[in-house]
This record gives sequence, C-alpha cells and structure tokens, in this order.
Amino acid sequence: MTAGAVAQASPATWDWDIAQRMMPELLRGLSVTLQATLVGITVAMVLGLVLAMARRSSLPVVRWPVVGFIEFVRSTPLLVQLFFLFFVLPDLGVRLSGFTAGVLGLGLHYATYTSEAYRSGIENVEKGQWEAAVACNLSTRTTWGSVVLPQAIPTVIPALGNYLVAMLKDAPLLSTIAVLELLAVARQLNSQLFRPLEAFSLAALLFLAVSIPAAILVRYLEKRYGYSRE
Amino acid sequence: MATRENEPTSDGESAGGRPSPERPMVRFDSVTKAFGDNVVLDGLDFEVAAGEKLVIIGPSGSGKTTILRVLMTLERPDSGMIEVGGEHLYHEERGGKLVKASEKHVRRVRGKISMVFQHFFLFPHKTVLENITLGPVKALGVPKDEARERACKLLELVGMEGKHDQYPASLSGGQKQRVAIARALAMQPKVMLFDEVTSALDPELVGEVLGVLRDLALNTDMTMLLVTHEMGFAKEIGDRVVMFDNGRVVEEGPPRQMFSQPREARTRSFLDAVLDHE
Repeated sequence: MTAGAVAQASPATWDWDIAQRMMPELLRGLSVTLQATLVGITVAMVLGLVLAMARRSSLPVVRWPVVGFIEFVRSTPLLVQLFFLFFVLPDLGVRLSGFTAGVLGLGLHYATYTSEAYRSGIENVEKGQWEAAVACNLSTRTTWGSVVLPQAIPTVIPALGNYLVAMLKDAPLLSTIAVLELLAVARQLNSQLFRPLEAFSLAALLFLAVSIPAAILVRYLEKRYGYSRE
Repeated sequence: MATRENEPTSDGESAGGRPSPERPMVRFDSVTKAFGDNVVLDGLDFEVAAGEKLVIIGPSGSGKTTILRVLMTLERPDSGMIEVGGEHLYHEERGGKLVKASEKHVRRVRGKISMVFQHFFLFPHKTVLENITLGPVKALGVPKDEARERACKLLELVGMEGKHDQYPASLSGGQKQRVAIARALAMQPKVMLFDEVTSALDPELVGEVLGVLRDLALNTDMTMLLVTHEMGFAKEIGDRVVMFDNGRVVEEGPPRQMFSQPREARTRSFLDAVLDHE
C-alpha cells in the first residue's frame, strides 16, 4: 500500500508497511526516552541520598529547608515542575534546553521519593550500629560510608527499581516541553501519516518492551537484596 | 599483646595493673543526666584509677549503663564534667576558660575509650577480620597489613582464630561477643567499657566470654569498667565494686567486703535478690 491510501477514513486495519516506516523514528524517540530516564534516575538516586542524609543532620538549618523542599515538590504535579523549569526559569535568566529541564524535573521530582526510600533504609539500620561506630571512634563520614549506607542501600534497591519503571512511564510528560521522546514522535508521525493505530500501538509496545524487562529486573533485585541478613 | 604496647604515657600507673592512687584515669564530677523526668545520673561523682577493674552493680534501670554510655559519648550529660586520662571529655580550655568542647576534641579524647555492648553490634556486612580492622585503619590510621596482622593476634587472644573470613551471622552469640571484644581491643583503648556483655548470651555460652574477660582483667593494665550481673565473676576480677541505684552510688568497696558484709540495706536486698536467683 502507498501513502496515498492513508488518508481514507475506512475502519483501520493494521498496515505493516506503515509500521515499518514508522519504526526508525520511533526508535529514535525511544532512545531519547531511555536517555532521559537513565539520567533522571541517576539524578534522583544521588540527590535523594543527599536529601535523606541531610534530613538526619543535627543542624535544624540544614534539616528544615530539606523537609520543606521535599514536601513542596511532592505536593505539586510533575507537569507543573516541568513547566516551571522550562518556561519560568528563562524569565529568571536561566535558559535550559527541553531535555535538560526535563531530566532535571524528573530527577528532582523522583529524588523526593527516593529520599523517603533511603530514609526508611537508613532508619532500619539498628541504632547499635551507630553506637559501635562511635566505640570504634569512626568519623561521621566513615560511619556513613563504611557502616550505615552499605547496610541501608541494599534494602532500598528494589524501591529504586520501581521508581525507575515509574519514571520511564512519566517520561512522555517531557513531550510538553519540546522533547522528542517516544510519545512525541508517535504524535508527530500520526499527524503526518494519519495512522494513529500504528503510531500509538507501536509506541505502547516499545514502552512495554522496556518496562517489562525492567520490572523483571526489579523482581530479581527484590529477591537478591530483600531482607536476607540476620 | 597489642593492648600493652599502647601505654607509653602511663606515668601514673604502677606495674601489674594495680590502681594508682594519685591520677585517676576516669573522673566524674557532678554528672547529671535525665531522660524526661527520669533522673538516671544524679550529680554523680566518682573516680576510677588507672588500671583499676571497676565493677558496677545495681538494679536494672538504676542508670548504671548510662555511666558507660556518657563516658563513650553515646549520651551527652546534662551537666557536670568528665575527665579521661587527665583530659576533659566534653570541655576544653580556650582563652584560659573551660568551654564546651568541639566535636573534634570529643572525638580525640573518646579515642582513649572503647566499649563492648550487650548485643554485640558487630557490622553484619563485614567479615570478622574487617570488623576488627575498620576502626584501626579508618580512625587510627594503621596501615592495612599491620591492622590485619594485629587483628589476627587479637582473634587468637579471644580464641577465634580461623574465623577471619566468616560473617557475623554465622557465629554463635558467644563467638560474636568474643569478636566484639577483639574489635574493641584493636582500638588500643586505655579504658574499656563492658555493658552487661554476657546478658544476651545463652547460659552455656557465658563461660567462654567470661574466660576471655578474666584473661584481660588479670593480664593487662587497661582500666576496665564492667556493668554485670555475674556476681561470682565480679568478686573474682574486680578491684572495687560500686553499688548504684537511683542515679547515685549507694555504696562501694572491695568485692570481698561488698558481697559478704554490705553496709547498706539497699545493697543487701539487691544482692539477696540476685544471689538467690543464681
């Protein structure tokens, strides 16, 4: 079948030819989605840990802004945060590309969730471990790095995996700030070729193709790192 | 033995680990600590001589563990002063005045102390050997090889040779506690604190840990503070016994006298209750 036949409004039947023509573009979109997700989850994992540790600071000046930030970000929609980063920051003199704003938005937003996961992981380390660290006269840094985090982080890994999958599925929001991720590409193809069936089915399948293995990975991590110690 | 090499500055100490009368290793000066309305240390004054083995007894909830905990800096006292080896633990001199010490100072002085806990608190993600070398390598700056070598000697000392690469989860309670003792010794402390170290053990495992403690008490000149309910053991190794109740020292004396002829009714009734039970 040729592109000329595409415009007709008859009941849609799956067209392999169209599907094949869409694939390269869609794969490029998927690659953008994956990049955004991977960079985003990295930001979320690092920043979340920093937030969780700062929240345990003995200094209220450190603790309260962190609590405020977490509550603020968690209580507003991701989409609003993306708009803020992309449309409002330029007015304040900070111009970010759509991709940068998007990755930052995903990272910041999910950092507040991962920080809660880290927090419970840290709280699950028994108090005696901190005390033994004092008895060994360890510095704060060594206590975190060699005693507390090595025990806390394995218990948090499954939760981080879940956030990774969730973030992947939130990535289409980046299409609203001019990022050509998978869904944006599908919409573009649909408006060019008027074939929603192929465009969006393929987009969904590509999401599935990534999120199902990711979910399997998470389940494996759960088994591996879920509570196995005394 | 590793714990002896660390005594170059012990001018006030006499040989054989006997108490020296002039300079106390540990001094509490009207130390107060309350948890809410519960006053656990009520203006506590007492001294422990260098090399002395001091046994602290008393009913549970009497605050005797808190004595060890404020000394280890696990709890901060509400008021009063503590000296360790002639240095203030929570205060330092600045411009001729005694002020609240910086964390750096606290950390330096608390390096003279180490502690063994009732529930061991070994690092579960580290092997036996790593448990023992962590403090020396990270806090004392001992080179890794040397720390490992010393750790092996200490494991021998506590009868745990050949278990280097095991994880704590695979050890019995008695074995865990012996590793914990080796870990504390590896810090080369001048003062060792033992907080009911046999209370969490199955009865048949108590003996192996007491055996290690006995060796330490009789063969080193470390200052030792032991909170324990093992009265026979206290009598055997203690230079002095302190009866503690309601945040205060009720009575103190040599073990023989304390256990056979306590002066205070409170001590008598406590000992009756404990010894009856044994």
